[in-house]
Amino acid sequence: MDQTITVTVNGREYECSVEPRLLLSDFLRHEIGLTGTHVGCEHGVCGACTVLVDNEAVRSCLLFAVQTNGREVATVEGLDGGAQALHPIQHGFWERHGLQCGFCTPGILMSLVPFLQENPNPTEEEIRDLLSGNICRCTGYQKIVEAVQLGARLIQEKSS
Amino acid sequence: MSTRQFGQPIKRNEDPRLLTGRALFTDDVQLDGMLHAAFLRSDLAHALIHSIDVEGASRRPGVAAVYTAGDLGEFWQPGPLLVPPPPVEQLEFHQRTQVPLAKEKVRHAGEAVAMVIAESRYLAEDALDDIFVDYEPLDAVTGLEAALSEGSPLVHEDLGHNIGARVTQTKGNWTQAEAEADLVIRRRFHYDRGTAAALENRGIVASWDEKGQRLTVWDTTQAPIAIRNGLAAMLGLSEHQVRVIAPFIGGGFGPKIMMFYPEEVLLAWATLLLGRPVKWIEDREENFYATTQERGQVHDAAIALKGDGTILGIKDSFIHDAGAYAPYGLTVPLSSQCTLLGPYVVPSYHSEFSSVFTNKPIVTPYRGAGRQHGVFVMERLMDAAAKELDIELVEIRRRNLIPPDSFPYNNEIIFQDFTPLVYDSGNYEPALDRALQLIGYQEFIREEQPRREANGERVGIAVVNYIEGTGIGPYEGARVTVEASGKVSVATGVGTQGQGHYTSFAQVVAEQIGVAVSDVHIVTGDTDLFYWGAGTFASRGAVVAGNAMHAAAVKVRGKILKLAGDKLEAAEEDLELIAGRVQVKGVPETSISLGQLAAEANPMRGAVQPGTEPGLEATEYFGPERGATASGVHAMILRVDPETFTLEIEKYVVVHDCGTVINPLILEGQIQGGVAQGIGNAFYEQLHFDENGALRNASLMDYLLPTATDVPNIVSDHVETPSPLNPLGVKGAGEAGAIPVGALFAQALDNAYRDIGLEVREIPLSPNRLFELVTEASAGEIV
Ligand code: FES
Ligand code: FES
Repeated sequence: MDQTITVTVNGREYECSVEPRLLLSDFLRHEIGLTGTHVGCEHGVCGACTVLVDNEAVRSCLLFAVQTNGREVATVEGLDGGAQALHPIQHGFWERHGLQCGFCTPGILMSLVPFLQENPNPTEEEIRDLLSGNICRCTGYQKIVEAVQLGARLIQEKSS
Repeated sequence: MSTRQFGQPIKRNEDPRLLTGRALFTDDVQLDGMLHAAFLRSDLAHALIHSIDVEGASRRPGVAAVYTAGDLGEFWQPGPLLVPPPPVEQLEFHQRTQVPLAKEKVRHAGEAVAMVIAESRYLAEDALDDIFVDYEPLDAVTGLEAALSEGSPLVHEDLGHNIGARVTQTKGNWTQAEAEADLVIRRRFHYDRGTAAALENRGIVASWDEKGQRLTVWDTTQAPIAIRNGLAAMLGLSEHQVRVIAPFIGGGFGPKIMMFYPEEVLLAWATLLLGRPVKWIEDREENFYATTQERGQVHDAAIALKGDGTILGIKDSFIHDAGAYAPYGLTVPLSSQCTLLGPYVVPSYHSEFSSVFTNKPIVTPYRGAGRQHGVFVMERLMDAAAKELDIELVEIRRRNLIPPDSFPYNNEIIFQDFTPLVYDSGNYEPALDRALQLIGYQEFIREEQPRREANGERVGIAVVNYIEGTGIGPYEGARVTVEASGKVSVATGVGTQGQGHYTSFAQVVAEQIGVAVSDVHIVTGDTDLFYWGAGTFASRGAVVAGNAMHAAAVKVRGKILKLAGDKLEAAEEDLELIAGRVQVKGVPETSISLGQLAAEANPMRGAVQPGTEPGLEATEYFGPERGATASGVHAMILRVDPETFTLEIEKYVVVHDCGTVINPLILEGQIQGGVAQGIGNAFYEQLHFDENGALRNASLMDYLLPTATDVPNIVSDHVETPSPLNPLGVKGAGEAGAIPVGALFAQALDNAYRDIGLEVREIPLSPNRLFELVTEASAGEIV
């Protein structure tokens, strides 16, 4: 039995009829075409599928789309620094070579958004702790850490 | 604007698309009327198939088709042998390659027996439950020595044994070396399997356009051109009717160059039959069985030395685990055989191996591709010799390094590219010294370690050398075009999986044409845009495709200067290319833009000189005479928690020589990522197969990939010994980070536990295994 849900994604409202078993990741990627969210394991370990639901980072492969009924979802496509420019965190990644294949990147960026709101000035250890929830198979993490440090600084510069 | 682009840490052209979620990966392809495939895979590693009942699955609503081997008719063929056996004298070779769907018998867990195609992925997966296979389980063979033993179950009965190949290569005279030696040390070493675990699983979308009579395939492959050629041949199409696109790929590391995966041929076949696009995206569990793996080998090795530590010879006899089929020929064991010699003078070498079939997933190259084993054996032998002869670990290495004036250095055996193993260039001692300095070797040994050990800490240090044959042939090509916009477009056949080719290649071209790197647009991995090529493997992209780019760009530069000379009425030598313009040196007023020149080079009316080629464009190919030998040194300090046997890597140093560096930022990234994989391989990642060939840890919950808290910051530095074999002087760098890490861990752990005489002879390790080894060593048992 399909169910009708209303969900706001990146500020836009979608009303869709979906199977109750449809994963949020599949809904985002294949029902509404937001393919920036990636899927690496579908069992909640890799973090590639991380999106925000009501500003909280969640793994979209572990949620059903119907669970987001009436809620707000944010994906990497909605991340920008205003006027279509890159978000400061994205700038950090670009400047510091924080990505190689880029498959893990959207999930990492989305994990970082609430993290940096709560910890505008994180230590390396805090950054590594946060990142330990996301697997990157390409970079060895060092440049991701540097990217986050720069991103945090750029956010502060922007808001000051 | 400075025109110096080559060698600069330029940020990447491809990143904005990746950072905003706009880059196209295979699973992002969405086509009208697209169907979805799912595969029924065997749970058993070895079994006869008596029958397969697909009735129920076919009747399920939303199912378009269900296929088993019997439905494939003539199309059912074992895959091609990608790499033929090498031209060495002492060789026995038995070709057995994978099949599209198992017929009669399955040979490894996860082998596909049926394909369901349905309106959605969910429906296709539902239908798998409705298929019934009548299997007769057979005993499985998983161990390497077991595979060679009398009475072993046979993976391919018709062979009468499990030997896929036997190869012997020799140099000098081992028997004599052994006879003359003051010391001969013999050891047995084990290396076990891991998986590449690219974050993106494999995937394919195949779409047949009936009206256009063309097949388009999006494929997570590292070798789109070879896939196109193979699919065309298998399906009876012209190569021009097949377009293979390798879009953005979420990590490759080797297994994505294996051809042909059953899914690749089956999806292309099915879309032709059904007239609708078909998509298949591997899930993570399938990736543990259906994507190729690597690293199972057992070595019996011996080293003969003089009393002063000079190596006289090495003898190595090893068994290589090929898995159930061996489509990649002997690339991996040959690499092990050839990498073992390292940066050392080894006058006599006798190396023989048997490649054996086992009831485990297929083995093909994974980052390092057999080099890990060679380095592990050599470095462990050196460590054992040092101990026995009471020479410092570093000193015994130093005494045996190939001197810088002996290049090209001929090792007298045949490498995986079938050319003689000749090192093109190298300068090993400065890299060793630099690594020792960066890690603080002497201070650590003399002061820090004794002080910390007195406080009850367990800390160890290690330093190991390696070489890496990179950048092998046959060839790659590139086409460079200056467009009327003044921007430059470049096409090449190699695919890219995150190595930054969009940027490093652009730097090579920008350097010649005098434009900004961001104005060079690179297209890789689309067979419609570049016809010829081999693929991304063996750390060869930058070397082989990079030099083809360079050659094409040089030629275009020549065309630009010639045409601009005519237009500006100046001698070519008096012109310079700056910021997208050609100008008379020092006279910016007398100049013309590249865009304008490009337009002039493509006149729409009037006559041109006979023999004129239109456009500012050139296509060039580069094929090196043989591979370029990169080298390096890794050093590490680690601390072991004496209670939990977990490790903390306190310091990690890489000093690497990959010839001329195109982009140091990208190079550092490659090294750091390689080391992280090496750390996983050494201490976290191991595929646990039980005696029935079932994989016990086929999920990322149970197969531990290193996370940000496991991987340390890496201090890296470079020595540059340009390769004389290519105009850019580059050597490959993609695999180096991963290669020596196992040997490094072993030495560091031995060092931390030298009081009890620990000697690590296997990789991967884990806290559990380390605990066992330490317990055995303290009890004085021989491990
Ligand atoms: S895909 Fe969701 S955590 Fe890996
Ligand atoms: S950049 Fe490839 S997985 Fe992170």
